[in-house]
Formats: sequence, C-alpha cells, structure tokens
Amino acid sequence: MTSITLVRQVAARPAVLFEALTTSEGVAAWWSPFDLPVTATEVDARIGGIFRVRFPSPDGEENEAVGEYLELAPPSRLAMSWRWVDGGVAGDLGHTSRIEIELRPVEGGSELTVTHSDLRDEASGATHEQGWSAALAKLARLMDTTAYHA
Amino acid sequence: MLNYQDRDLDRVFAALTDPTRREILARLEREESLSIKALAAPFPIKLPAVMKHLDVLGAAGLITRCKQGRTVDVRLSPARLQEAAEWLRRYERFWTPALDRLAAHAEAKEAEARQSEAADGQKTETADG
Repeated sequence: MTSITLVRQVAARPAVLFEALTTSEGVAAWWSPFDLPVTATEVDARIGGIFRVRFPSPDGEENEAVGEYLELAPPSRLAMSWRWVDGGVAGDLGHTSRIEIELRPVEGGSELTVTHSDLRDEASGATHEQGWSAALAKLARLMDTTAYHA
Repeated sequence: MLNYQDRDLDRVFAALTDPTRREILARLEREESLSIKALAAPFPIKLPAVMKHLDVLGAAGLITRCKQGRTVDVRLSPARLQEAAEWLRRYERFWTPALDRLAAHAEAKEAEARQSEAADGQKTETADG
C-alpha cells in the first residue's frame, strides 16, 4: 500500500478552505481534476456521514467516489475514507483508501496538506512480491533520467 | 479516467521485482547501449541466465535488442517505463489539478469574504488570514 502527500500554500484562511472541503457547494465548485462541472455531490459532514462526488472526464466517462467522514476538526483537520464506485483512477475501482487533510494558518493564508493513503500499488492487484519498494525506487530513479530520451 | 493497460504494466512491475533485471536496466541507463556479452560480464551468472532475464525485460517492453553483425546490442526502451511511472503517479495526476481548482475556489471565496468584511466596517481586517 502506498500513499501520496501534497502540500501547498493557499491564499485563503483555513476556515474558508475547510468550508470548501466540507460543504456541498464547496465540493461542487472544485472536486474534480478536470475543468468540467462536478455533476453530483452528497456531503454529510459529521463523523460517520457520507461523502459522494461525481464528475465527468473529458472523454465523457463518469467518475464517482464515495466516502465516510472519519475525523472532523474544523478548521484544521479532516479524515475520510475514499472508494471509487464508477470510473476513477485506473486500477482502484472498489478499493477503499483514506484521505487526510490538514490546514495550518500561515502568513497570507493556509498551508494545505493532503495525504491519500492505503492506495493500491500494483496495476491489477497482483500478488505483492518481495523487492517491490526497491523496484519502485529504482524505477523512479530511472525515470528521472530516461524521460528526456523518449 | 486515467487509464493504462493493466496487463502490460503487470509485466513491467513483475520484471522490476528481480534485482538482476533492475541492475541490467540501471546499467543500460548509464551506458545507453551494450552488447549482450558486455552486459553479462559483471554478473556472477551464466550467459543463458542473463538471456532469460533479457527475455523477461524484452517481453515487458523495457529493452530493445538489435542485431549488429555478430553481436546483439541491448538498449533501454523508455516508453514503457514512462507509462509505469505515470501509473505510479496517477493519484498525483488526480490531486494536483483538483487542488489547483480548490485553491482558486478558496482564494475567490477569501477575496469575497474580505470585501464584505471591509464593506461592513464593523469587523476588523483579517489580513493575517
């Protein structure tokens, strides 16, 4: 299982970001990687409450994820489960992962940290083999130099 | 949404689980092109074993073999590695643009909030956010 963490500075106070993360209006305004409208949301921001977001890809495919709020500490922290039920990121349909978001006030706004963990780390969920993490490290190193030869 | 050929990737990742094969790839990355003999030289295994590893790497699309007269030159084939790396970065490709949108949305909301606070005049300015 792998995870990714992204950190960024946003020129908005934590409370504004927290609202964008935990209200239907907020989620509908941004929760997609594409410049297309989010088509459905369900946001019941309390522990055990349901989260749902549906958005189209540019190729017309629909993507939908559902989750459950696990931790809510406005305006600084939330944790939720995440599961693709339609489309989504390749190889992860039906697999439950975990998203943790932390908001820290900094000068001029907030520092936003998103950690998405318990991600499946093999293309089709094949048996986990020894040497996997070393293979990844090597691959990443190879990629840094070979990408430019392509 | 972010699709890859899973079976091809399985072959790539399976090929990468072996340390000898990773070393072969690392050497090809440094040397660009090597004959099979030169490639096999530093390994404490016999040439047929090296050939088997090259078959696995070839089937995964990670190397190409090209016959040059009496020798076979082996090269790294970066396209499949790139695809594999993209696969590993697939959540980054989801989150990075999504967080761009979140930031743009929140910053617009923040600007609205500041405007209404300024217009209100009752509230103190929250320049420190």
